Amino acid sequence: MTHRGRLPVIQDSPAVEGGLSRRRFLQAAAGSAALLGLSACKSSDVLEELRRRNLKELSKEQLQEMLARLEKRWTDEYGKKVTVTAKPPIPGVDFGYGLDLSRCIGCRRCVYACVKENNQSRKNPQIQWIRVLQMEKDHGVDLAHATPYYDPEKVPEAGHFYMPVQCQQCRHPPCTKVCPVKATWKEPDGIVVIDYDWCIGCRCCTAACPYGARKFNWAEPKLPKEEMNPVTDYLGNRPRPKGVVEKCTFCLQRSRAGRYPACVEICPVGARKFGNLLDPKSEIREVMDRKRVFVFKEDLATEPQFYYFYAT
Amino acid sequence: MSVRFPRGRSCFPLAAAVAVAAATLPATLAGAAPAAAAAGAEKAVAPAPAARPADLPPGIQAEPPPFTEGIFPCSQCHDRAADPKPRQLAFHDEIQGDFHHGAPTRWCLDCHDNAKRDFLHLTNGDLVPFTESYRLCGQCHGDKYRDWRVGVHGKRTGMWDGQKTYFLCVNCHNPHNPRFKALKPEPPPVPPSKQAASSQEMHP
Repeated sequence: MTHRGRLPVIQDSPAVEGGLSRRRFLQAAAGSAALLGLSACKSSDVLEELRRRNLKELSKEQLQEMLARLEKRWTDEYGKKVTVTAKPPIPGVDFGYGLDLSRCIGCRRCVYACVKENNQSRKNPQIQWIRVLQMEKDHGVDLAHATPYYDPEKVPEAGHFYMPVQCQQCRHPPCTKVCPVKATWKEPDGIVVIDYDWCIGCRCCTAACPYGARKFNWAEPKLPKEEMNPVTDYLGNRPRPKGVVEKCTFCLQRSRAGRYPACVEICPVGARKFGNLLDPKSEIREVMDRKRVFVFKEDLATEPQFYYFYAT
Repeated sequence: MSVRFPRGRSCFPLAAAVAVAAATLPATLAGAAPAAAAAGAEKAVAPAPAARPADLPPGIQAEPPPFTEGIFPCSQCHDRAADPKPRQLAFHDEIQGDFHHGAPTRWCLDCHDNAKRDFLHLTNGDLVPFTESYRLCGQCHGDKYRDWRVGVHGKRTGMWDGQKTYFLCVNCHNPHNPRFKALKPEPPPVPPSKQAASSQEMHP
């Protein structure tokens, strides 16, 4: 980060003194669009969103205003009372996730619980934040001998083990470094978040992520009204537009309210552990202190906050 | 008694009756005391319900799996201690036939108490109600018991920093056949090449 000053391309602040900032450009563009009568549909909302500042620059009032606007829009769109919060990280909490590879049977219950909780596009495009890899016991954790497309009558299959992969919430996330507009960043509680309204869809982060955790909405997400989860958070599971990147957020709409993520609750074998790494009594700390733990692709020095372990 | 057991995990014999007993009793799910009370003839003093392990975090115990209907309390048939010798049973033959938990060295009365059939017992003879069966399991599976108490083994739901529901050994493992059963997996992801047949389908 120290060399940032020598790179004139990427500025720390989205507003560039004297230059044509994104905001100024959009303000001008929106102004002319309004003049031309191009934005007749919900014009005020659209303009408001185009003129928006970066999330971190919003005052409390502006944030509340924006959330209220989104709530109203989606309440109308999905025909049910939708709430949109912007829960801040809990002070003194650093989330850690444990996944017991000696328990996981590859049933994919977590994948679909996640889709349901987090309002992913169901198909065309199909977006799933968790990918369960079937691997061969002969080869150990080896991506050259792994497939996500296994489909037998019953799991687990003999000679195989299963390794679910989702966002590893790295301590040194390569994805946030490459974002040209700072639409994604790491929060103090360890969760790497995306402002879907700030994302320009360049997919640099998707390419930078060594875990394939980031998914892109290649088309308008298809989220059936009756399946939409109306309890949403701005940086979490709220509906996404076309052309933005999304990924696992440890269900921050749940975890920042003290609850387990949806994948933890659904797991039929109890392979998924979640808690505060700073709390020595937490389940995740018990795992860290007493079990054999490893992180995926350790050699890349991404330092995930997602730990795989063997309980036996 | 003409009770027959269906195959499968519900043949956990005690199971049914807590359901029956619980139906007539308030929601105190299947505690030792209600079970003993339902037994009626059972004059024995129920063992004081042992406190849940002190090192468990605040939580609610999940409801144990239901007993086969009409089977509990066991004392409705077993009104006195019976022949303790291991043998082929005529009545609980379905459980015996599907028993894969250390057979052939183990037998019913290693865990079920002979004199007080509505309880289990530890190797030291202490009675254990069915709702605290984890104490019995923990005698042999000490490593799992230790992990379970701190939340590493087994499943918990609720709050990561507060009230949790924790599940008993028997919620996931049939005590007579404890290996976790294989499941049908949910459908695999659609590969990118098959996501949409046409661009119209993708972008209606």
